[in-house]
Amino acid sequence: MHLILFVVFAGFCLAGAINLLLQSHPINSALSLIVVMTSLAVLYLLLGAEFLAAAQVIVYAGAIMVLFTFVVMLLNADREERTLGSRAARAVGFPAVVAILAVLATLILHLQGVGTASIGQGLTNVKGSTNIEELSAVLFTKLLLPFEVTSVLILIAILGAVALARHGHGEDQGSGVRDQGSAIAFAASGNRIPESPQGSEGRQAAK
Amino acid sequence: MNSIPWQDVPLSWYLLLSAALFALGVVGFLIKRNLITVFMSIELMLNAVNLSFVTFAHQWGAVKGQIFVFFVMMVAAAEAAVGLAIIIAIFRVRATLAVDRIDLMKL
Repeated sequence: MHLILFVVFAGFCLAGAINLLLQSHPINSALSLIVVMTSLAVLYLLLGAEFLAAAQVIVYAGAIMVLFTFVVMLLNADREERTLGSRAARAVGFPAVVAILAVLATLILHLQGVGTASIGQGLTNVKGSTNIEELSAVLFTKLLLPFEVTSVLILIAILGAVALARHGHGEDQGSGVRDQGSAIAFAASGNRIPESPQGSEGRQAAK
Repeated sequence: MNSIPWQDVPLSWYLLLSAALFALGVVGFLIKRNLITVFMSIELMLNAVNLSFVTFAHQWGAVKGQIFVFFVMMVAAAEAAVGLAIIIAIFRVRATLAVDRIDLMKL
C-alpha cells in the first residue's frame, strides 16, 4: 500500500514539475504546481507528518497558489516568448544542475543506515500521542520565541506587500523615474483598451 | 501491522525524489522567461527541501525537523506575498513580465 501510494504520488510530483517547465502559459504552470504541492501533502502523510500535510494543502496549495493565480490573471500574463536564456545559464547553470543532481543521487544511494517508511508509522512510538501534540508541545514551549517572531515577520510582510503594491497617488510629485514609469504603464494600459471591453469600462469609470 | 517487507519504501527514495524536484526547480529557474514562473520554480525548490526535512525527521524520529518545515512554510508565505507585490510593482513600471526585458540593474 505504501509502495503503491509512494510510486503514484511521486509520479504525480515529477510529472507536475516537468509539466511546469514545459508549459508556456503561466496559468498552466501554476496549476501543475498545485498538483505537485498536493502530491507532496500525500507524501508528508505517508511519512507520518499529518499536521504538515494539512498545512501544505491549506497554506501552499490553498493560499500561496491562489495568490499566484490571482496575480497571473490580474497582470494578464500571456504566453512567454521562448528564448534560449542567458549565456551564463547555458554555460554554468545546466552543468551545475547536472553535477548537483549526480552528487546528491550518489550520496543518497550510498547513505548507510537509512531506514524505511511503512504506512501508519508515525513520528515516535509513544502510544496515545498524536503528531500535532508532539509538534505543539515543542513549538509552544521551547520554540515559543521564534514562533512569535514569525508572526511579527508575517505582519511586516503584509505591510510591505500593501506598501509595494498599492497605487502611489500621493507620491506622484516624487522622483521623475516614478512619473515616467506610471506614464509607461498608462500608455501600456491605453494600448490594451480597445482589445478588452473591461478596459473601456474602466476608462469611462475613470472619467 | 502486517507490513510485508517489499511494501516498505526506503527513505532514500524520498530523498531522491526531493533531489529530482530541486533540480527541476533549478532548471525552471534557469529556462523560464516569465517572472511569475521563475518565482514558481523557487517555490518548487522550497517544497523539495521541505520534503527532505520531513524525510529526515521521520528517519531520526525528531520533531524539530517538522517544526522547521512549519517555519519554512510561514516564511514562504511571507516571501510569496512580498515577491508578488514586487512583481506587480515591476509590471506597473515596465509593463512586461519577461525577465529579458527587466534588465535595469544589468551591467
